[in-house]
Amino acid sequence: MATFKEFRNNVKPNWCPGCGDFSVQAAIQRAAANIGLEPEQLAVISGIGCSGRISGYINAYGLHGIHGRALPIAQGVKLANRELTVIASGGDGDGFAIGMGHTVHAIRRNLDITYIVMDNQIYGLTKGQTSPRSAEGFKTKSTPEGSIESTLSPLEIALSAGATFVAQSFSSDLKQLTGLIEAGLQHKGFSLINVFSPCVTFNKVNTYDWFKENIVNLDQFPDYDPSNRVAAMNKIMETNGMLTGLIYQDKGRKSYEDLAVGFKPEALAKQDLRLSREEFDKLLAEFK
Amino acid sequence: MISQLSWKIGGQQGEGVESTDRIFSTALNRLGYYLYGYRHFSSRIKGGHTNNKIRISTKPIRAISDDLDILVAFDQESIDLNAKELRPGGVIVADAKFSPTVPDGVGARLFAVPITAIAEELGTSLMKNMVASGASWALLGLPLEVFNKAVEEEFGRKGPAVVEKNVEAVKRGADFVLEQAGGPLEEFRLEEADGKQKLFMIGNEALGLGSIAAGCRLMSAYPITPASEIMEYLIKKLPKFGGTVVQTEDEIAAVTMAIGANYAGVRTMTASAGPGLSLMMEAIGLSGMTETPLVIIDTQRGGPSTGLPTKQEQSDINALIYGTHGEIPKVVLAPSTIEECFYDMIEAFNVAETYQVPVIVATDLQLSLGKQSCEPLDFEKIVIERGKLMTGELPPLEEHKLFKRYEFTEDGISPRVLPGAKNGIHHVTGVEHDQEGRPSESAVNRKLMMEKRLRKLDSLRISNAVKADAPNENPDLVIVAMGSTGGTIDEARKRLAAEGVTTNHVTVRQLHPFPTELLEPHLKSAKKVVVLENNATGQLANLIKQNAGYHDKIENLLKYDGTPFLPSEIHQACKELR
Repeated sequence: MATFKEFRNNVKPNWCPGCGDFSVQAAIQRAAANIGLEPEQLAVISGIGCSGRISGYINAYGLHGIHGRALPIAQGVKLANRELTVIASGGDGDGFAIGMGHTVHAIRRNLDITYIVMDNQIYGLTKGQTSPRSAEGFKTKSTPEGSIESTLSPLEIALSAGATFVAQSFSSDLKQLTGLIEAGLQHKGFSLINVFSPCVTFNKVNTYDWFKENIVNLDQFPDYDPSNRVAAMNKIMETNGMLTGLIYQDKGRKSYEDLAVGFKPEALAKQDLRLSREEFDKLLAEFK
Repeated sequence: MISQLSWKIGGQQGEGVESTDRIFSTALNRLGYYLYGYRHFSSRIKGGHTNNKIRISTKPIRAISDDLDILVAFDQESIDLNAKELRPGGVIVADAKFSPTVPDGVGARLFAVPITAIAEELGTSLMKNMVASGASWALLGLPLEVFNKAVEEEFGRKGPAVVEKNVEAVKRGADFVLEQAGGPLEEFRLEEADGKQKLFMIGNEALGLGSIAAGCRLMSAYPITPASEIMEYLIKKLPKFGGTVVQTEDEIAAVTMAIGANYAGVRTMTASAGPGLSLMMEAIGLSGMTETPLVIIDTQRGGPSTGLPTKQEQSDINALIYGTHGEIPKVVLAPSTIEECFYDMIEAFNVAETYQVPVIVATDLQLSLGKQSCEPLDFEKIVIERGKLMTGELPPLEEHKLFKRYEFTEDGISPRVLPGAKNGIHHVTGVEHDQEGRPSESAVNRKLMMEKRLRKLDSLRISNAVKADAPNENPDLVIVAMGSTGGTIDEARKRLAAEGVTTNHVTVRQLHPFPTELLEPHLKSAKKVVVLENNATGQLANLIKQNAGYHDKIENLLKYDGTPFLPSEIHQACKELR
């Protein structure tokens, strides 16, 4: 069985020292090993941005695609080979701005993949512009007078789009994050894990200390029931979206692959491509 | 006895024009006639004039006709809009309910049949299309039992009572008109067909069928006219082969999902039209850069923007060839017949996997939607080639080394492994990368990688990249075209030949990379070259000039009003251009 070290490669990330993404990378490696995966059984599909580079920093199959499109690519991979464990990942700009349409529909579609968003409330790789997750009034290079658009709540959107697994974590809490990624990978359906992953270079407001002060860990509420969608929505609103932990899970809904009529239970990629003459003749007969 | 005639049915959209046409042509197909259909329709579901035209012949035909023999009209508008097409001695079968009149100057014979009244008598006005088609079938003197069999197939799932009622409607329509006409019309009596049932389908179905034969098992697509029939066909069929169709949220998701699935080893395609192709351009670049196979169908329609979504055009050529930023190897094919729609999909998937490139198959609306007879499709010609795909066990990798997915090779094509393979781990990125797929900004690597990718297509020529019917050594005209126009060109050529004008006909089937050396001998042989295309700027002509030259010989023959060329238009224009 592979250890987490086997999910490491020798590529030095181009992230700034102190970037929250390092911990997310480590958590994915640990979670993959903890659930018994071999590196070749994992495919990490990522978008564009600082965090999008993560697929190159994990020893697994990885595809670094185009901005905002990690989710449709990842869904294609899963449809082609459902024996693979598929992680999609990227930043808040990738997933909640340019790729928001895909995020909502991937949630609805509920293919068995795990989406990990590294949420730093800013555009880092383009050197500091506002993101949909930036707070109102947040001053950036593109909002010198402060952001005048409301902050997007991905957790509320996920719940209203019919998500079957919604979690949130903080990159400093490696233990919680690893556990949530494990749970997400094992969830039979689409899992969204939003991770507060501070940008130490361009975001001087939402810092590690700021998160530590403002985060509400769901462990504080022993009676919290993550199978209750209404309670989940209430808790998100009560905490202004600052809660961490497993927020909602619906274990009852089948994944897209299981619901699609006729869809092969084995990896489609392993199937023989040729039709038999009988199959071909049968197809032709309909056009006579 | 005649060897061919044209029949048209017109009415309001949603009035049963489509289903009448379907039953009428199915019955003709059963008798062994060759058929070629044309749909005139608009971007709305109910209301608005629509008509379907079928050309019926005892010999192969691939074009709509200039004129019309029989018009079945559900309303006066259908007569007013279409009667001018009727040749002298033509016939109109119309509903007596609206007191039809023949417009001035049209020498057609009118049969006013109480179509709605008979249908209502039988229980529902919905059956008026059966009354009307029964009447027009009877005028042709064709066997009613064959028609009834087609009716039975159309309504069989609704139960025997419904079938019986519809058969009765057909009979009542037939009886009425035969009494009025005094029997079938002798001048419309078709020679007997060969009795061999042909395949009868639209181009979009041939494309779908070809994809399944090619081993395509997934499709991700967003609905759009005139491509949707491809996904509608495949969603019925792919689950029978373990696959599925995903209707995505947009065309960007459709193309990127197809890229993901091809990367993971399943032949996957998407299909769209101009607006969708525009949205896909960035992702096509990803496929080219990451050397991930990809097949896209573009059913061209009237552009730009929303343009003429239900009309004929061939104006995406430039966009398909040049539409992606940066420089990638890419293949653009253009089938020109319904049979080619089938075979070219097999070739498209083979080329995509062998060369690890995006392949765009460009049809046009008339080829995609025109329902027509199709020659038998040959099972033996279905060959699947996957190029340098490694499926066996791989040797262990050295520590921290990745599989050289982008290894420099002589032909530029590198070995490919699929996710899941042990010892095959590599990185894939749209960022410039080294042989293992890791991002690299090295100038030396950049140059080598660009050259590696681009030389993959140096020698690529699909089968019949340039197709020619060239009986003349030094013809007066060489007509060069692509897509659905070929059959119409050949009809015009017959008329030109009768007048002593010699012509050769060349079809460009590979638009990119451009097969200059295959086209050049034809251009050289011509006194004049006419490049015929459905667009306003002569995109194909410009492509030829850019690659082969011959500016002084090339003349444009363009049509961009949304309708396909007619034989008479090509005939006339060629006489003038000569």
